[in-house]
Amino acid sequence: MSTMAFLKRSPWILHYDASSCNGCDIEVLACLTPLYDVERFGIINTGNPKHADILLITGGINSQNRPVVRNLYEQMPEPKVVVAIGACAATGGIFRECYNIAGGVDKVIPVDVYVPGCAARPEQIIDGVVKALGILEEKREKMTGKAEIKEGARHAAEAGEGT
Amino acid sequence: MPKRIVVPFGPQHPVLPEPIHLDLVLEDELVVDVVPSIGYIHRGLEQLVQKREFTEYVYVAERICGICSFMHALCYCQGIEHIMKVEVPDRAKYLRTIWSECSRLHSHLLWLGLFADGMGFENLFMRSWQLRESVLDVLEDTTGGRVIQGTCKVGGIRRDIGQEKLDEMHRALDPFEQQCRDLGDVFLNDETVKYRLQGLGVISKDEAYTLGAAGPTLRGSGVAVDLRETGYAAYGDLGFKPIVETAGDCYARCAVRVKEVYASIDLIRRAIDGIPEGPLDVKVKGAPDGEYFSRVEQPRGEVVHYLRGDGTKHLARARIRTPTLANIPALVKMLPGAQLADVPVVVLSIDPCISCTER
Repeated sequence: MSTMAFLKRSPWILHYDASSCNGCDIEVLACLTPLYDVERFGIINTGNPKHADILLITGGINSQNRPVVRNLYEQMPEPKVVVAIGACAATGGIFRECYNIAGGVDKVIPVDVYVPGCAARPEQIIDGVVKALGILEEKREKMTGKAEIKEGARHAAEAGEGT
Repeated sequence: MPKRIVVPFGPQHPVLPEPIHLDLVLEDELVVDVVPSIGYIHRGLEQLVQKREFTEYVYVAERICGICSFMHALCYCQGIEHIMKVEVPDRAKYLRTIWSECSRLHSHLLWLGLFADGMGFENLFMRSWQLRESVLDVLEDTTGGRVIQGTCKVGGIRRDIGQEKLDEMHRALDPFEQQCRDLGDVFLNDETVKYRLQGLGVISKDEAYTLGAAGPTLRGSGVAVDLRETGYAAYGDLGFKPIVETAGDCYARCAVRVKEVYASIDLIRRAIDGIPEGPLDVKVKGAPDGEYFSRVEQPRGEVVHYLRGDGTKHLARARIRTPTLANIPALVKMLPGAQLADVPVVVLSIDPCISCTER
């Protein structure tokens, strides 16, 4: 209970396969199915980046998927968290010496949580997502904090104009 | 004449766990033309043979695809063994067969789930994946890995399955088969599933053959080609008849896979019954010198590894042709005439594995 105690909202997940071998992808999907069933926490796999809070990326970056990954990331609303799943997403893994692999996901977008493993196990992926939830909450607090400061400044300016 | 519009499908799409891009040319809701484009997961694995020794490349071959990983390793190892004239012990052949069929089971159950998801039958998706977990448990128990096994090596296998575990697997097969038959019954006999799939994405026998389709896509159109008939590993001893449907639509392709699940269970049962005692591997000396086309029947169809060695530790060339690549021309033929809403179902019906395709 303690690990899930800070789960204040239902985070939605967007999954993208950058250039993984499929191993991590099917484990991400396995998290949604009856044995692991993350949907009981309100976590849903969505296909729409504009609905998503957490981006799960498997596999490394190559020249063709670079703009796709960037595009997906930019379409997600703030606050957002990126979880890189598997050895390939972290560094390029076993494929790092291939001519078409530029490296891990952090070559293109900022990554908040790295989940190790080849392939990463569903338990590890859920662990990574739980960690990401903490970071998401922190980011949200920071954002609302900023918003309050801005709001305060605006009110002060308006009040100043009035007098 | 209705106006033509182009709808992009993918690379990031809710029904596909993997990126493939299709430009769908539509007249109203009807698909009239399809232009596929691939390359989102291209890594360049074939060139890695120059950087990895031929014994190490097995690990890379396993990671061509995380679903049929064992069969890629098997295909690669059989190729090298043939070039080096290594005779693998019988027990290793039987265990390779058992793991291959376990991989096929988990791949087909995975596909059945995704397919159910594609046609909007969420409950069936969950049921299929629940069953799949019990296969993964066996794989994890016997090899240590859920999706990447790492047990196949040049000259044999790395791990044994003890008699106790084999007996346990054998006992578990009967209840498992019953569960699979209950599941398959829904796919084959449910009215709503039939209504959604029958007559959809039809490809005739001649077209499937001339376009070079492979696996269940080919067998669903009535062509009886299954490489397990050639008798690699222990399939020669066990005997095998390909499963064929004739309609050539999505329902036929689904039926082939459902029946292959039953056939795989039967093969595992007979392999456990007939497994001989003996060593697990033979020592491999030297380096491969020569070339060979190694072929294995994957869940998605025939995979070809062309391997050429020049007597050094590094192969001179590896060329891998995977079944999904062979099935894409067939897919382009199937889609015109389908409604836009049916496109995900037709695309899934060839069981696309993009990681394999792009290597």
